[in-house]
Amino acid sequence: MILHLDPDLLEIVLMSLRVSGIALALSTLIGIPLGVVMGLSRFVGRKLVIALLYTGMGFPPVVVGLFVYLLLSRSGPLGSLGWAWVPSLFTPGAMVFAQTIIAFPLVAGFTMAAVMGVDPALRQQVQALGATRWQTAAAILSEARIGVIVSIIAGFGSIISEVGAVMLVGGNIQHSTRVLTTAIVLGTRQGEFDLAIALGTILLAISFVTNVIMLRLQGRTFDE
Amino acid sequence: MNDVVYELQQVTKAYGSRVVLKVEGLEVRRGEILGLVGPSGAGKSTLLRLLNFLESPSSGTVRFLDRAYGPGQGVPIAERRRVTMVFQRPLLLNRSVWANVLYGLRLRGERRTETRALVQSTLEKVGLGGISNQRARTLSGGEAQRVALARAMILRPDVLLLDEPTANLDPYNVGLIEDIVRTLNREQGTTMVMVTHNVFQARRLAHRVALMLEGQIAEEGDVQGFFESPRDPRTAAFVRGEMVY
Repeated sequence: MILHLDPDLLEIVLMSLRVSGIALALSTLIGIPLGVVMGLSRFVGRKLVIALLYTGMGFPPVVVGLFVYLLLSRSGPLGSLGWAWVPSLFTPGAMVFAQTIIAFPLVAGFTMAAVMGVDPALRQQVQALGATRWQTAAAILSEARIGVIVSIIAGFGSIISEVGAVMLVGGNIQHSTRVLTTAIVLGTRQGEFDLAIALGTILLAISFVTNVIMLRLQGRTFDE
Repeated sequence: MNDVVYELQQVTKAYGSRVVLKVEGLEVRRGEILGLVGPSGAGKSTLLRLLNFLESPSSGTVRFLDRAYGPGQGVPIAERRRVTMVFQRPLLLNRSVWANVLYGLRLRGERRTETRALVQSTLEKVGLGGISNQRARTLSGGEAQRVALARAMILRPDVLLLDEPTANLDPYNVGLIEDIVRTLNREQGTTMVMVTHNVFQARRLAHRVALMLEGQIAEEGDVQGFFESPRDPRTAAFVRGEMVY
């Protein structure tokens, strides 16, 4: 089934990659700047934000799904506004929305840890060499690059294999919002074990590859 | 007037309620090497950070060339870039030796073709012409500190601040670095302020020496007078190598 590139199967794989890929891109755009700010600056309430971030890192996806469901439903706080950028329930947009909420605390949290791991004296040295604030932040981010990349991969790992949120806000609609994880649930329930096993194998392969990349990066620098 | 690079007036620096620096007056003159000696915790490094505008004074003013800066006053980036510092630890970026030496020029947006030759000749000045492609992490302590020095020198700063640059180094590297510093001062007229624990090093390199104790300048004077006829009894004790508290 995998080798024949069954069109239905392919559609599901591509939908998974698309939803989680876009959610990851958004999480990176939010998470990395947030992580840098949290790691480098000191402000009132920082500890509280960190606590919230850490909570977000371990948040059960199904609970995120529930919140997003309530937010986006037609009578919910966001859904009732009718704004164009607010995705409707049971669309890929709603799934991206939920997965972004799951992944960005991971990206931000790991980025913050990586940035805080850079020698504070190096920051002064970079400033002493004439760096502006932005240049200093860029230099620190570059020093923390391995940790930052790990943060992105960890974010991806958390959402590609997540089932609770996409099931609730996507609805597992065929040719529309069906992704790998929700299709596995359905396939198993219906006794279509061939399909479920094929989907499961693909998901495992994707997870395995991302984790291998993460482990290799954690252990060493790029060009050493 | 322009022979004075820095002039500090009634400068204090406090962290919370702890006053770590209290300098009534201090001048740094153009082209000199000013040695700052004193026990650890005397405020030497804090003073250097103020001179590098990494921190601003809690009270008083630091005049740099034509402008004076008080508490919380931002220093324009162009002025900040006329001063740089080499720290006790090399603090290199996790890149190649070449990229480290080039770094300060990059920050200033220098993209001329002659920077290649400049990086190479600067590395040769510190005796490291052959290792430009090596990763900074793989260097020995002495090599790393010479790269740090090259990284600062290439900027041709008006003022070079040195915070115990030869602490923890072997005599061979100490000698190399002292030679580089002396040559830089003589040939380019770079003004330097050098913190050192080593009284002998201050004597070898500095034109003027200031002794700091508990955040204050106890005595300041020409190197000869400072060592041969100190006015302050604490200076005399320090010069003789006795502990001062």
